Amino acid sequence: MTSAPDDIILEASGLSRSFRGLQALADYNLRLATGEILGVIGPNGAGKTTLFNVITGFLPPTSGTIRLRGQEITGKEPNSVAALGIARTFQNIRLFSRMTVLDNVKTAQQLRGKAGFWETLFSTPSFLAKERALDEAAYAHLQSLGLEQFSDVYASALPYGFQRKLEIARALATEPSVLLLDEPAAGMNAQETAEITGFIRAIHQRFGLTIIVVEHDMTLIMPLSHRIQVLNYGRVIAEGTPDEVRGNPEVIEAYLGADEPADAVGA
Amino acid sequence: MSAAEFGQQFINALSLGSIYALVAIGLAMVFSILRLINFAHGETLMIGAVAGVVLADRGLPWLIWLPLAVLITVGAGWLMERVAYRPMRGAPDVTLLLTSLGVSIALQNGALLTLGSQPRPFPTPAVLGGQIPLAGGVQISRVNLVTIAIAIVLMIALTWFVTRTQTGIAMRATAENAMAARLMGINTNTVIIAAFLIGAALAGVAGFLWGSRVGRVEYDMGFIPVLKAFVATVIGGFGSIPGAVLGAYILGFGEIFLVALLPDYLTSYRDAFIFVALILILLIRPQGILGSTEPEKI
Repeated sequence: MTSAPDDIILEASGLSRSFRGLQALADYNLRLATGEILGVIGPNGAGKTTLFNVITGFLPPTSGTIRLRGQEITGKEPNSVAALGIARTFQNIRLFSRMTVLDNVKTAQQLRGKAGFWETLFSTPSFLAKERALDEAAYAHLQSLGLEQFSDVYASALPYGFQRKLEIARALATEPSVLLLDEPAAGMNAQETAEITGFIRAIHQRFGLTIIVVEHDMTLIMPLSHRIQVLNYGRVIAEGTPDEVRGNPEVIEAYLGADEPADAVGA
Repeated sequence: MSAAEFGQQFINALSLGSIYALVAIGLAMVFSILRLINFAHGETLMIGAVAGVVLADRGLPWLIWLPLAVLITVGAGWLMERVAYRPMRGAPDVTLLLTSLGVSIALQNGALLTLGSQPRPFPTPAVLGGQIPLAGGVQISRVNLVTIAIAIVLMIALTWFVTRTQTGIAMRATAENAMAARLMGINTNTVIIAAFLIGAALAGVAGFLWGSRVGRVEYDMGFIPVLKAFVATVIGGFGSIPGAVLGAYILGFGEIFLVALLPDYLTSYRDAFIFVALILILLIRPQGILGSTEPEKI
């Protein structure tokens, strides 16, 4: 596990979001260091997905601010947030299922190597060369993640585990500095979970990423995270290293109900 | 029906289907992204044809006025999106539908005020006039052949655009899942504008071909083509571009061959037969022939 350097890449202060009186996120604060892996856990409806939606610009916060590398991104459009370097995946995979694996990755290229309108219209040689270069870049990206044998397959035809990987690969194609993973091990068995855990650790190092991961599966979150935040009713009720959180009685109560034995969290 | 007659009707059907297809593509493209059934799309076609008449009156040769008319149509498509539909972004589907009907009525009445209610002759270029004689006294009109050729070229170009270019890929991504598309850095606005511009350009060309076919221009000439294009997209699967094209040709063939095969006293019920067929198709396959089940709405 890499140690986290202490310059702050993502900062949230006083972040709140309510839906008609329901407080989905309440006074949320975060100082995320470059290279850190933050695990966010909590019962269903604790505000984890709301947190992702607020950070990525899909939901404006009711109050509070978000800064990326010191620059305020609160209230920016999702595509602008993506352009600034925050990518995410979804709990329920949202691939472009009627598109090939290669084209899924190519959707990210809007951000890079933009072609001009007239260039496109008249398919100038420079445009065609650019399109070719983008094709090759997308293929190389798949290759680097071990997905190239599927490049011409429709995303919907991929085995489940590879759909997860492709969603992460597609997010990585936007060249993010911060990656938000929403339950990457959802629906996976123990062996697949171990594999995706290894995959996340590998891309964390290779792409120099800062990661926030929301997950229920402790076998993924405990070994992966440098730090864990526990959300309940939109509030951070505990925060610390995996070991600290594991032993916290308040967490065990919120997460599992008071009657569960403590070692169930530890896995 | 002799072989020569069959050939003639076949070309007729392909030609009619081609025009429906050019109109239907624009409907399907906009619907797939915005869930908007743009009934004002027919008025885009009308604007293209009217622009042709006005420009030809100025004495311009058709090689000049045709591209200009298409350009004007594209401008109209852009304006429509900017003025009428963008303020309605995110509104319920029914509101969008009513907006499009409103735009349609406004444009028709605008044309009625400026053109008057009398049809104007369409300046069909001389090269499109006339017939090509075949064996057995059967003739095929040039305008039909040109219509088919233009439609095929445009559809190949569109396929290339949608499958190969960045904007095309962004368009398909947005149509399938707008939320995920935005997270990939895709600007939804750009994609929506592109859909309107491309749809309008195709409708402009269709306006030229339709005008050349019927030989006249009227303020409400867009209504029938857009209605037929709507039926075509429903048959093919709403929101699917290949579905819209397939539906358009099915409709074209259905109309032409119904008239050719039915006894004379039934031919005036052509559209009734077409709509009965539509109802049957929807009973058996409500999502259309190539349509998938309804994608989630963002």
